[in-house]
Amino acid sequence: MSGPSTYVPKSAIGRWFESRLPLMGFMHSSFVAYPTPKNLNYWWTFGAILSFMLVAQIVTGVVLAMHYTPHTSMAFNSVEHIMRDVNWGWMIRYLHANGASMFFLAVYIHIARGMYYGSYKAPREILWILGVVIFLLMMATGFMGYVLPWGQMSFWGATVITNLFTAIPLVGDAITTWLWGGYSVDNPTLNRFFSLHYLLPFMIAAVVGLHVWALHVVGQNNPAGVDIKDIEKDSVPFTPHATLKDATGIAVFIMLYAWFVFFIPNFLGDADNYIMANPLQTPPHIVPEWYFLPFYAILRAIPSKLGGVIFMFGAIVMLVILPWLDTSRVRSAVYRPVYKILFWVFIACVIGLGYLGSQPPEGGAVLAARILTAYYFIHFLVILPLLGLFETPRPVPASIADSVLKGDTTELGKA
Amino acid sequence: MLSKTSLGMMAAALMGAALVGAPALAADSHAQPQPPRLSWSFAGFFGKYDQGQLQRGFKVFREVCVNCHSADKLAFRNLSEPGGPEFSEAQVKALAAQYKVKDGPNDAGDMFERPARPSDIWPSPFPNENAARTANGGGLPPDMSVLAKARSYKRGFPWFVLDALPGIQYQEHGVDYIAALLQAYKDDPPHGEKLDAGQYWNDIMPGNRIAMPKPMSDGQVDYSDGTPATMENYSKDVSAFLMWMAEPKLDERKKTGFRVLVFMAILTGLLYATKKRVWASTPH
Repeated sequence: MSGPSTYVPKSAIGRWFESRLPLMGFMHSSFVAYPTPKNLNYWWTFGAILSFMLVAQIVTGVVLAMHYTPHTSMAFNSVEHIMRDVNWGWMIRYLHANGASMFFLAVYIHIARGMYYGSYKAPREILWILGVVIFLLMMATGFMGYVLPWGQMSFWGATVITNLFTAIPLVGDAITTWLWGGYSVDNPTLNRFFSLHYLLPFMIAAVVGLHVWALHVVGQNNPAGVDIKDIEKDSVPFTPHATLKDATGIAVFIMLYAWFVFFIPNFLGDADNYIMANPLQTPPHIVPEWYFLPFYAILRAIPSKLGGVIFMFGAIVMLVILPWLDTSRVRSAVYRPVYKILFWVFIACVIGLGYLGSQPPEGGAVLAARILTAYYFIHFLVILPLLGLFETPRPVPASIADSVLKGDTTELGKA
Repeated sequence: MLSKTSLGMMAAALMGAALVGAPALAADSHAQPQPPRLSWSFAGFFGKYDQGQLQRGFKVFREVCVNCHSADKLAFRNLSEPGGPEFSEAQVKALAAQYKVKDGPNDAGDMFERPARPSDIWPSPFPNENAARTANGGGLPPDMSVLAKARSYKRGFPWFVLDALPGIQYQEHGVDYIAALLQAYKDDPPHGEKLDAGQYWNDIMPGNRIAMPKPMSDGQVDYSDGTPATMENYSKDVSAFLMWMAEPKLDERKKTGFRVLVFMAILTGLLYATKKRVWASTPH
């Protein structure tokens, strides 16, 4: 929903340029005049926070790559060289390592916000699926980035995850050998992971471009879940309103980020990753980074290797087909009394899976992971399709302006 | 219509059953004593290294640890850098000159030994891993450069979450573990436990069997600053030194972090006030 471009170049050079490439007009209509629903709460600032994180990761990553050596005998030491001898190297590296976690934290909140307010429903299916593609690219990038310091968890995490591909019938072994560039995780693997870890963020940036384009075609969803009907009454110009709100959100998020970087930089990491990779010594517990834990729990919950892989990827497929699984015509959970509860149950389920993913797969943890895995899929495949048919939604406001007047959407924090 | 309470309760019961059962059953079967939490000058929001402690720790490190352990990321020059033991440059130069390092080849193509310079890394006690293992009954003494960050212990739920919070902020698992381990040697294993040759009993070491013999005892290292020469102090001081070696920029990091947070707090306040002002005329 691009607004009417009211951009008029003020200078002669501006007019000359605009008539040849209307770049300024495009920027103006996309980020200045763009009509923004006036009822957006702070959960909507996570899009801007994610854009900030992507740029932060690319900038710190490019600097790290100037000092890092992707070789099995030198990678670990080159990271320590960055920590000790490169000016502000410790800060750049902690920014990048914790930045990955912050990026995932923000994306999980962003996804959860979309699920709560039904942002995936028509006409935003493509927008949503592009988001899932970004999420997948982020997971690949994060996984490969964690391998680069070549610590024990880097090596063994890479070994466990790449070994999953051997579960594919017939061609599994060939694919795994091809991924490794040999017969085990070794120097060729580290080299290609570094190459791809540098490439994928730019692919993410490209898909983010599509994601924003799609967003600007259909317009933002909002807490009321009704579209903008009257631009005057329902919306405000993106700048200064949304720009300032996003900036405030980013500033608060940076404080959280800074807390991790400067005061608890190794909290989210694993102590074993400060031991150089040793193919002859397996760590007692191989645990992925926290942001993969729910999926890791699903992988281990299934007794067969191939089954585990299928369910793990299936967990993401659920997100892809979510727009067609949810049969309710009402978007926002604000007007869906039962969905509102089940949304939080689902969040608890994912957090529970995350906890179980961090535990050794023994005893009750296995059973619990199976129950929660089942619930994860039941939520998507049974609850959401049926709920839309049986749930009686509360009356949806006629317009955004209406919902603001009634104070309907104040519950999740607005300011 | 589906009753929302019954549906919610069903789901909650399912989840509850799953989560309540899990932690109890998943807990480790053999209980390991947890290292006591010690107080460290470098812990907390304003933490910074205690220079005197690092200097004492270095003495223990130099006289005891490095007879078997390498520290291949420590250069002599680091010892005079800010935020560390901060010996003078002259002291470090004199210290380095006491050690021999291999250099070369020279113009004639021969390797030769020369006194170390501040830019050299700390010489390893063994020429290679095999030599280290042979001299240590098959065990390989780990490199000490980042050891304090490479060791930890599990705090369990809910501590692993609470440890991240301002005010609680516990990040010294590695040093607590090392300080406790150094003091956790038992002369004889508990009744019914057997040790193989080259194994020693340690209450803190996971599995309780450690290849490192008790490394030192009271009075072994002279302290010149009046600090009692006890195992407890040795353990604490050398652990602090190891922490510095693993994280030499900690002082700078926390100082920078404080400035960043103050700056961001002010910026956030200004942005929020501006945002409020801009939105004041818009009901939302």
